[in-house]
Amino acid sequence: MGELAVTAECGPPKGADPDAILRKADLLSGKVDAINVTDNQTATVRMSSLAACSLLLSRGLDPVLQAVVRDRNRIALQSDILGASALGIRNILCLSGDHQSFGNQPHAMGVFDLDSIQLVQTIKTMRDQGTVLGGESLTKSPRLFIGAAANPFADPLELRVIRLAKKIRAGADFIQTQCVYNLKRFKEWMSLITDRGLPEKTNILAGVTPLKSSGMAHYMRNRVSGIDIPDEVIKRMEGVNKTRQRKEGIQICVETIQGLREMQGIKGFHIMAIEWEEAVGEIVERAGLLPRPSLNQDRGQFFYVV
Amino acid sequence: MITAEQKPIEEIRRMIEPYTSVLLIGCGSCVAECAAGGEKETAILASALRMAAKMEGKTPVIHEKTVERQCVKDFILPLAESIDDYEVVLSLGCGAGVQAVAELFPQIPIVPALNTGFIGETRDQGYWVETCTGCGDCMLYWFGGVCPLTRCAKQLLNGPCGGSRDGKCEVNPEVPCAWQLIFERLSAFNALDRLEDIYPPKDWSQKQGLGPRKIIREDQQRQET
Repeated sequence: MGELAVTAECGPPKGADPDAILRKADLLSGKVDAINVTDNQTATVRMSSLAACSLLLSRGLDPVLQAVVRDRNRIALQSDILGASALGIRNILCLSGDHQSFGNQPHAMGVFDLDSIQLVQTIKTMRDQGTVLGGESLTKSPRLFIGAAANPFADPLELRVIRLAKKIRAGADFIQTQCVYNLKRFKEWMSLITDRGLPEKTNILAGVTPLKSSGMAHYMRNRVSGIDIPDEVIKRMEGVNKTRQRKEGIQICVETIQGLREMQGIKGFHIMAIEWEEAVGEIVERAGLLPRPSLNQDRGQFFYVV
Repeated sequence: MITAEQKPIEEIRRMIEPYTSVLLIGCGSCVAECAAGGEKETAILASALRMAAKMEGKTPVIHEKTVERQCVKDFILPLAESIDDYEVVLSLGCGAGVQAVAELFPQIPIVPALNTGFIGETRDQGYWVETCTGCGDCMLYWFGGVCPLTRCAKQLLNGPCGGSRDGKCEVNPEVPCAWQLIFERLSAFNALDRLEDIYPPKDWSQKQGLGPRKIIREDQQRQET
């Protein structure tokens, strides 16, 4: 029986201050096994994920480099993969990226030269065959634990299952899901992917995000793509006094983790506390996920599974 | 077809301002279909320019002519008879039409009156949609006749992103998610298995590998006698 993995997320600053990311990282230190560093999330210009990951490494933390295909073509992506491995980054999460029209650079060209599945496959080939796209050999292969995302809540469900199967076949060692509020729908998805034997072929981390307020719950449901928040969750948040809503958000998050723990096939949790890194420690503690096992000498395999 | 829309008249007027004689050249093909640069639109633009000039007390010569296809050399050759009577050409062709005229008549400046849009279809009266990118390696078999490169905002070739909601694209809720359409069409033909394979990275050398593309077919060329 392996131990459940716990990861969290850290957004780089909209500026060049290294302390901004290190302050967030310090809040997460000892509470989680690895820390995702987002890549210009919401298509807004921020400190690069690669640089911020390097800062995390300097603190002895295990970063997960998020890499979106929106901004870089296959030459730049493969180059960054080699650079990441050279810096000692051992985990990468391959994403499409939020569309450029949502951020502060709506006039940018969306690159999308590869899609996220092709990126997973490209990294796997670089790592396992020692070649770049096109077949040319590398002098040294990158060493990376490869991840991808899945959204159990988007339509059509059947296509979500096909897409997950493809991601796993492409080489996804781990999968992070969109944040779970709707356990019923998540269960339905788990049952479909279990029928195809997918959970045992990868490591599925269920995503959770604590709600700060009922306003945030409404905003996420109505304005953020791919998020499914059921009415009863919204009602619970609305049902408590504004000053107690953060507490309620953490409570819902802890209960969600407990619900997910009972499901077969979940290997851990990815806690996305958006601009609220302080909450992560309390969530992992109350969910009974502390203490975290001491980090492996060889960083990058944050799943302590047998 | 190629779609286009007319530029704002102020922008057109600024570009032709230094000239006292202007020849408008419309095009009777794609840009006529999308009501941007056909015979009718060319006549309307010519009148509007004349009127605007008159309001400022100016009397430039503004004539118009519409050719059947502005991007085909044989159709624009007859312009040689009169084009030198003017100081500038204002083209209501697509970008290809403008450049075909420029190539054939290097002695005269040319100004575009349209913003060229996309390769698309007339879905209904007054409604045109982009459906083809001209990638040079058609993949429509694999995707049930719906092009994800053109119709998915993220050009995803291996399934939808996580953002579609109720079958609509996250970028524009009025646009159907291309992957929803692909899924529906392939399901209807029992061909969902086509989506199981990982579609490899696109070979962009077919589109932009050696700069602007050309097709040369000797069997179609004029035979020397």
